Amino acid sequence: MIIDWNNFTPWSALAGGVLIGISASLFILLNGRIAGITGIIGGLFRPVAHDAGWRIAFTLGLIAAPMAWLLFGELPEITIDAGYGLLIAAGLIVGFSARYGSGCTSGHGVCGISRLSPRSIIATLAFMGTGFSTVYIMRHLLGA
Amino acid sequence: MKNRLGNASALIFALLSGLIFGLGLILAGMANPAKVLAFLDLAGWWDPSLGLVMGGAIAVGLIAFKIAGKRSSSFLGLPMNLPTSRMIDKRLVVGGLVFGIGWGLVGICPAPAFVLLGTGSVKGIVFLVAMLIGMGLFELFEIYCKSKQASTKS
Repeated sequence: MIIDWNNFTPWSALAGGVLIGISASLFILLNGRIAGITGIIGGLFRPVAHDAGWRIAFTLGLIAAPMAWLLFGELPEITIDAGYGLLIAAGLIVGFSARYGSGCTSGHGVCGISRLSPRSIIATLAFMGTGFSTVYIMRHLLGA
Repeated sequence: MKNRLGNASALIFALLSGLIFGLGLILAGMANPAKVLAFLDLAGWWDPSLGLVMGGAIAVGLIAFKIAGKRSSSFLGLPMNLPTSRMIDKRLVVGGLVFGIGWGLVGICPAPAFVLLGTGSVKGIVFLVAMLIGMGLFELFEIYCKSKQASTKS
């Protein structure tokens, strides 16, 4: 393992993490809801009366974030190297499996671990494990 | 009237929470798939940043969820919707394992996909649409599973 000190951004990572934590905290303490994007979006596929509003509002907040950022400065660099075929395949896999496993990086990884939920700790270990393995296979075995 | 106001403030705080979440992702570098992949690439030039994102978020979340766990309603008077399932089953583990494969392929997970939509990234939007189709396919799969269960029972 070689740490890439040039691209390691500890302070902005920590500060961004704290903001994510504040968001999840506000959401549970004020709205009584888990800030898990998979669950928030998933609920829209099963319409229940008076339930869609907050889900749409949270999602609009996420989408508006880069525009709000632009009021104060330039957006940081965003690089997507993957081609369209891979993006579509990965999107399908991520969408299906996040619902199948009842959560993603936000619901299990941030909120679930904060709740010390054994389910979420296991789910997070599982996706971290295959995430590391997938990148290893793609970059170091297949050389993609 | 109070109820209406309650609903309106719930919507405003949901929007605000989403906005802060998105700003956090951008500041943390999590909205940049290349940076996410650099964290997942342990054998290459490893960028540990994402670990600190999780650490920072969880440090704050631990306190909030400790408070939330002791309450039956939120500070806005809404019901506290904390997950109750404690079952560690096939779905949880397989779902997690497969999710990591999709995440590792391109470095995008659900929340950053919506932030990418806001940046106007075409590749981000392609991923997002595929992800939403994947979630729709899950709903069809659920309907299929339930009908199969019902037919084996009868």
